[in-house]
Amino acid sequence: MTHLPILRHGVAYRSVDVVTVVHHRTRQPFVQISQANTGLIRRDLLRQDEARAELAAIPARDLIAMAAHAAELFMTATLPLDPVDGVTQSPQDYVEQLSSTTGLPHVLVRRNMRKIHGVLSQMGDVIAGLTRGLDISVLDTGVGESDGHLFSFYPRGHSLGVVLPNNSPGVHSLWAPAIGMKTPLVLKPGSSEPWTPYRIAYALMQAGVPKSAFCLYPADHAGGGEVLRSSSRGMFFGDASAARRFKGDSRVEVHGPGYSKVVIGNDRIDHWQDYIEVIATSVADNGGRSCVNASGLWVTGHAEAIAHALAKRLSQVVPRAADDEQALLAPFADAGVPGRVSAMIDADLAVAGATDVTAQYRGAERVKTTPDGTYLLPTVILCDSPDHPLANREFMFPFVSVVPVDEDALPELMGPSLVVSLISDNGDLRDRFVRSPHVDRLNLGPIPTNQIGWDQPHEGNLFDHLYGRRAIQRVA
Amino acid sequence: MSTTTLPSAMEAARQRLDAWVREVIEWHFDPATGCPFWLNWAANAGWDPRKEVHAYADLDKFGGFQDEWLRGGPVRQWVPKGYAGKPVYIFETGGSTGVPKARINIDDFRIDYENFSKTLPDDAFPMGADWISIGPSGPRRLRLAVEHLCQHRGGICFGVDLDPRWVIKLLKRNAFEEVELYKRHVIDQALTLMKAHDNIKCLFTTPKLLEALCERVSVKKLGITGVFCGGTEMTPQFHRFAVEELLDGIYFAPTYGNTLMGLATHKPPTVDDNWAIIYFPPAPRAMIEVVDPDEPTRLVGYGETGRVRLTTLTKEFFMPRFLERDEAEREAPCDQYPWDGVRNVRPFSKFATNVVEGVY
Repeated sequence: MTHLPILRHGVAYRSVDVVTVVHHRTRQPFVQISQANTGLIRRDLLRQDEARAELAAIPARDLIAMAAHAAELFMTATLPLDPVDGVTQSPQDYVEQLSSTTGLPHVLVRRNMRKIHGVLSQMGDVIAGLTRGLDISVLDTGVGESDGHLFSFYPRGHSLGVVLPNNSPGVHSLWAPAIGMKTPLVLKPGSSEPWTPYRIAYALMQAGVPKSAFCLYPADHAGGGEVLRSSSRGMFFGDASAARRFKGDSRVEVHGPGYSKVVIGNDRIDHWQDYIEVIATSVADNGGRSCVNASGLWVTGHAEAIAHALAKRLSQVVPRAADDEQALLAPFADAGVPGRVSAMIDADLAVAGATDVTAQYRGAERVKTTPDGTYLLPTVILCDSPDHPLANREFMFPFVSVVPVDEDALPELMGPSLVVSLISDNGDLRDRFVRSPHVDRLNLGPIPTNQIGWDQPHEGNLFDHLYGRRAIQRVA
Repeated sequence: MSTTTLPSAMEAARQRLDAWVREVIEWHFDPATGCPFWLNWAANAGWDPRKEVHAYADLDKFGGFQDEWLRGGPVRQWVPKGYAGKPVYIFETGGSTGVPKARINIDDFRIDYENFSKTLPDDAFPMGADWISIGPSGPRRLRLAVEHLCQHRGGICFGVDLDPRWVIKLLKRNAFEEVELYKRHVIDQALTLMKAHDNIKCLFTTPKLLEALCERVSVKKLGITGVFCGGTEMTPQFHRFAVEELLDGIYFAPTYGNTLMGLATHKPPTVDDNWAIIYFPPAPRAMIEVVDPDEPTRLVGYGETGRVRLTTLTKEFFMPRFLERDEAEREAPCDQYPWDGVRNVRPFSKFATNVVEGVY
């Protein structure tokens, strides 16, 4: 059986403690993953200053060139997987392995590969976006000058620790730029999707980034906590309850549910038919598994007609085989989850004021089991008000609530939203969204919520997270 | 070289156990020597254990020993009349769940640790060397027991306290920074003592504190030659990590013990064990067995997983068929310990999520 070892500053280590992950469909053991004990993590990370020094000695431009080379390797090369046994991984192996443990269709894995390729190959642009166009050499010297003004940045610590999710490989594009910013990585891979962080790490190492910049510690929750505590800066991905544990810890950037939304203002609402494709893409692309997928459609009119049109459109999204190029839905790695999620939705539907309008297009059953796995079918809920328990929820499948709302109450009524695509030319409404502290990423116009511009940071700014700015003066 | 075969050694151990069971039952259920709890129990049970228990297997007739019997008072109901007038200690278990369980002690902890002392190699734990114990004291048996072990071997024992119940409270409210500060406070005190007293050569501590200590210093360079480690669960990976990375070749003696049982001894590891931690109970004074969780009178097969069942058989304390909050694999007898052992003890999976294990 394939084995994924721990990477301790780039060196493979097999633990006595292993977890076996099964193939989502056959339920047969598929991969063994070495588990790191917390003491091992702590002890390794005592040496992070050395790892940081080794990485920092390389000019940032060279690191960006290495990342570009790694992008090609990630897409095309056969890379190590288990150096202990000499096992390697081709790009096709990666696609199939990732699909085997998560259920993600091959076509979606490839689409996510391209996303990761994008961030690696354009790391210079990404960092320029994060630094608002600073000369990258400021990362080498710590001091720069702009329009005659001196500025200085300092690294806030020796490493970035990240507790990674399983939902979609695309999220790994968020931490990858840390390497270009001279920050070693300490990663706790997801339990069913460890494949991507390993492949990115091996691609970067083969491209010349020092091995010491990569610690990968598959572990239990305690190990994940240790990764965050022992790293000077952290990122945490998890569901709402897990994310709450790290709220208030300024060292840790928390990535919980996105509650992303499409909003249509009064001025465009009569043209809603024009936006059904943008909305459907926002909801269902990538199987609805990303925090940038829309889970809310907040409209100022025609709610029922829009809900039905969207439900009809999304009912075309059906389970297909993992290697079907048209596949858009992913089965759940744990076949028990769809039933439990569906039951949660039904429990809230018992509260008056919401209807599952998809039922009349796809049938009443929300859960479907095929030879390829157990799926949750796209679901459109029509709520009668923003107060309904289902009005602002997020699940890991194409799920969206259509919520009628008074334009004057926007955006305050929506609460925090990772992405909002605002379809309106109303300057006053746009201004209110621009000023809102609740919107992390704002798309003005009919742009799918999941369309990412790499020069535009969202979910916090990695550069600001890793570097602090200090005042500086010097004798002329 | 011994000519005794394992089967004959097992049979001899079984006969010794059965004889000891008869002696212990006679003591605990004799109105002149037994404790009020068991004498009352027998009066209500409708059968006389002295007449019906002839062997270890007959202890099944008691049914399961109830956890709740040890929580709350009156604690004097556990003092055997045969020991009236002797000084009595009260020792408590972890206290991570509700009212702690308590057990009375007179000399058991001394006897247990003197027996355990015989398993420690003298080159790693030199006679006459001083010890340091870094771990829980307070209501626990551990401090007195380790101190007695040290004194029994001719040493003087330094101590640094850690309050595990406070650590558990900190962990429950995610106060990790306070946990780190407290741990540092404990280790600071230990390092001060270890640097000031050259004759400290033996160390007792818990797994987490051993990690924390070794993050700060090489204990080998400080003159430590033997480490006795216990108090909480240890995984095979921790065992390997301790031996390969923390201790620079220092002798490592992991143990599994608790207030209710006494102290189990770790079988010296072999390559085939793959760092599994294999313990054998101090038979006949206590037995650890692995049973079917749904049918706790049935032992699982060797190598199979089940719930840990404890039977304590001393004249101070009789506790038949107590289901621990742990699970393990059943280990076959070996030449050194010709009775059942346990492999890789860990929290019982059905309860694991409800118990916070901490620094301690």
